[in-house]
Amino acid sequence: MEKEKNKYSIIVPTYNERLNIALLVYLIFKHLKDVDFEIIVVDDGSPDGTQEVVKQLQKLYGEDRILLRARPRKLGLGTAYIHGLKHASGNFVVIMDADLSHHPKYLPSFIRKQIETGANIVTGTRYVRGGGVHGWNLMRKLTSRGANVLAQTLLWPGVSDLTGSFRLYQRSVLEDVINSCVSKGYVFQMEMIVRASRKGCHIAEVPITFVDRVYGSSKLGGSEIVEYLKGLAYLLVTT
Amino acid sequence: MKQIIKILSILIAIAAFWIGLLESSVVPRSNTWLLPIYLIVSLGCYGLLMVGVGLMKFPTCPQEAGLLQKDVAEAKEFLKQRGIDVASD
Repeated sequence: MEKEKNKYSIIVPTYNERLNIALLVYLIFKHLKDVDFEIIVVDDGSPDGTQEVVKQLQKLYGEDRILLRARPRKLGLGTAYIHGLKHASGNFVVIMDADLSHHPKYLPSFIRKQIETGANIVTGTRYVRGGGVHGWNLMRKLTSRGANVLAQTLLWPGVSDLTGSFRLYQRSVLEDVINSCVSKGYVFQMEMIVRASRKGCHIAEVPITFVDRVYGSSKLGGSEIVEYLKGLAYLLVTT
Repeated sequence: MKQIIKILSILIAIAAFWIGLLESSVVPRSNTWLLPIYLIVSLGCYGLLMVGVGLMKFPTCPQEAGLLQKDVAEAKEFLKQRGIDVASD
C-alpha cells in the first residue's frame, strides 16, 4: 500500500482570495478522500480578510490539515513556494493556484500518475487530448501558441506545457530545483521545469483543463511578453 | 552543455557545411548563395505553420466552465451551512 505512506503537502499562495480559498479547500477535501494531505496557505498580507477565512476553515477541518503561513506583504511567487516548503511535512508537494483555474478534481490523477510512473515531477498540461483552456480570446491563444513554439524550438524542454503551474513534485526534487531558480511570475514556472529537465528528472504529464479566472480576468500585456522573452534568453544562456 | 552552445554548434555546423559547398562548387555558386535565405524562410514558415496548427487544434473545454459553476455553487452552499462567511463583495 504505497499510497498509505505518502503524504502530500499542497502549497497555495494567495493574495486577496477570500472566497476562492474557501471554495478551493472544500473542493480539495471533496476530491482527496483517502489521501494523507495538508494544505499550506501562504498569504501575502491580503487586505480582504483571506486569513480570517482560512482561520475559520482551520476550525472546520483542523489546524493540522490546513496550515496558514502568512507573510507580511507581497513578496513574490517564487519565495512563497520556498516559504511554504519550509513548513511542508509531506514527501510530495503540490503547487497550485488559488483562483480555481486549477481544479482540485485533477489531484487524484496527478497522484495516480506519479505512483504508476515513479516520476519525480508530474506536471499538468493544457495542450494535449483531455486537456484544454476555456475563456481565452484569439489574441491570448495566439500569444500562448507563439510563446510555446518559440520555447519548444529553442529550449527542447521535453514537456508540452512550460508555463502551467499545476504540478506535483517529489519534495527533495522541488527543494533541489527551487533554490536555483531566480525568475519571477510565470517565467519562474518555466525555469523550474526546464532546470528540472536539465537535471535529468523524470517528468510525467497529465491533462488538465484551465478555466480562466471565475472572478476577474487575466491579462497578458506587452510587458509580460517582454518578460517572457527575457526569461527565454536567460534560460538559453544559463541552462 | 548550455542550451545556447548547443544551438550555436548546430548553426556553426550548418555554416561550415555551407562554406564547404561554396568552396567545392558541386552546385553552381549562385544557387549556394541563396541557401541561407531558403533556410531562414523555411524556419519562418515552420514557426508560422506550428503556430497556425496549434491555434486550429487549440484544445478548449467550454463544458468545464459549467461544471466549475456547479462546483462553486455546491461549495458555497456547504460553506454557508458551516457558517463560513464568504459573501462576495
